[in-house]
Amino acid sequence: MDPKTLRYSKTHEWASLSGDVVTVGISSFAADQLQDITFIKLPAAGDDVAADRSFGEIETVKAVSDLYSPVSGTVAEVNQPAADNPDLIKNAPFGDGWLVKVRVAPGSTLNHLQSYDDYQKQVASEAH
Amino acid sequence: MIAHRQAPKKKDEQNSVRRMTVLVNDHWENSLADAYILNTSSDRKAMLDAIGVSSVDELFAPIPSSLRLNRSLNLPAAQSELELSQHLEALAAKNVPAGKAVCFLGGGAYDHFIPSVVDAIAGRSEYYTAYTPYQAEASQGSLQAFFEYQSLICQLTGLDMANASLYEGGSGVAEAVIMALNATSKKHQVLIAESVHPEYRQVLATYLANLKAELVTIPTPNGYLDPNALRRTITDQTACVVVQHPNFFGCLEETESLASVVRDKQAVFIVSFDPISTGVLKRPGDYGADIAVAEGQCLGTQLGFGGPYLGILACRKQFVRQMPGRLVGETVDRNGKRCWVLTLQAREQHIRREKALSNICTNQGLFALRAAVYLAALGPQGLRETAELCMKKAHYAADTLCKRSHVSMRFKRPFFKEFTVCVQSNEVPRLLDGVVSSGFHAGLSMGRWYPWLQDSFSVAVTEKRTKQEIDGLASALQARLMHMEKGGA
Repeated sequence: MDPKTLRYSKTHEWASLSGDVVTVGISSFAADQLQDITFIKLPAAGDDVAADRSFGEIETVKAVSDLYSPVSGTVAEVNQPAADNPDLIKNAPFGDGWLVKVRVAPGSTLNHLQSYDDYQKQVASEAH
Repeated sequence: MIAHRQAPKKKDEQNSVRRMTVLVNDHWENSLADAYILNTSSDRKAMLDAIGVSSVDELFAPIPSSLRLNRSLNLPAAQSELELSQHLEALAAKNVPAGKAVCFLGGGAYDHFIPSVVDAIAGRSEYYTAYTPYQAEASQGSLQAFFEYQSLICQLTGLDMANASLYEGGSGVAEAVIMALNATSKKHQVLIAESVHPEYRQVLATYLANLKAELVTIPTPNGYLDPNALRRTITDQTACVVVQHPNFFGCLEETESLASVVRDKQAVFIVSFDPISTGVLKRPGDYGADIAVAEGQCLGTQLGFGGPYLGILACRKQFVRQMPGRLVGETVDRNGKRCWVLTLQAREQHIRREKALSNICTNQGLFALRAAVYLAALGPQGLRETAELCMKKAHYAADTLCKRSHVSMRFKRPFFKEFTVCVQSNEVPRLLDGVVSSGFHAGLSMGRWYPWLQDSFSVAVTEKRTKQEIDGLASALQARLMHMEKGGA
């Protein structure tokens, strides 16, 4: 997916809306910050998730980080290959390393999330 | 005799006793207090000076006289070290410990033989602490011992992962259930057999009291959990099923049938097992247990009047992130040398308190070490021989008691080293108390936990019991029962 077309949360998740389904992943900035991902815990299909609430965890050698959902809805699909092989997240955070697809209410938008340009500003301010 | 003083003596008399029995200097009270209490009289003076009051009485002056005790505490006079040891020895002599009478007590704590190598190693000053140090990796010797303990427990259970131990068997059951609830987050029902140790079930009920969980006990009127009863009770909401094998009555459970019922509902199968029994019985992992827990006292720890003991917990790999407590892993240091670290610590309280899986953040290090040394000393062959001796002697005991002592087997089930018998009397506690005076701890009265078993008691037979002791128990029980039938006290 083209990072420039995606929307971003303050907590470094990206979201992409297609119909009523939002694909969620973490940004390349976040993936680069996470050294040696050892384990990722994702919800199960059918679980409800809520915007700004934790829906999973990424565990690295040094720390565990919560994953926050950018939207509210019901998990439609989980990227099991990425859960089984976290290197996918590290190597292709915008592609094969996506995390979950969330079915949202019809007519939902991603307007509450940042644009690519705004997110770049946030990253620039956090990068040092 | 200074022990058991009935009434406080007059002050003068107390003082004279002190003067006679303590090798005195004139200020012994102060010096004694200063020797044992860090808050010395000069410390108190410094603190009072800092506050700006002249005495402790002045400090407490705002508290009205009517609210104060205005007299000394009603305690016996202070005793010298000599007096105190005599007093404590007199109290201790009232106990009849396992070493003083022949012990057929079981119910989770057993009088097994402890090879002297266990004390020799566990008593070394490098190891002789109950705790893993805070900077755990600085103590490579302790971590290596725990890693070996974990490896031995994996071999013993036939499961993939074991933690560095919990406190004892009962909390082990509760922690295993919480693991299962976390692993099956949408299910809330917990099924447990009535044949599981009643105190473990009480611990579990306490742990679950404020969690979103429904605890259901399945009756075991025939001394074991009938797989059909389980099949009728289990639902899609069942997160886990807990059984004990061999169970609290000593009977074996139909573990493989139970495992298949549990598997059909995709629930977690938790088994509380007897580590010694794995010398002759299948390992929990081999008959389908997902999580195995045990009281580890039988592996090299003294009876010690009930503790401290050792909680054993092992599980299949898929549950490792739900596993509470410390886990030691093997790795290499920067020079490529083999070494040990605490691993997967994200599960633990000190990393993420609000998401911790358990409030257990240490292990029962000293007793895990004892278990590791015990298992290493016995080896697989020694464990097998120990288990065979227990089993053969227990079966000899059951036959002998039934033939000679007017008792009969309460349950017609296979058993390992423990069995439950019944008598023609509901005064089992009186019977058992009476037999103590003949030099035998004959067994555990079941009525204490099971109202429907007022006429029953369990008898445990370890490898330490001799034929003579078993025959002696049969005679003592028979004599006592006849005495009671004749209306004797």
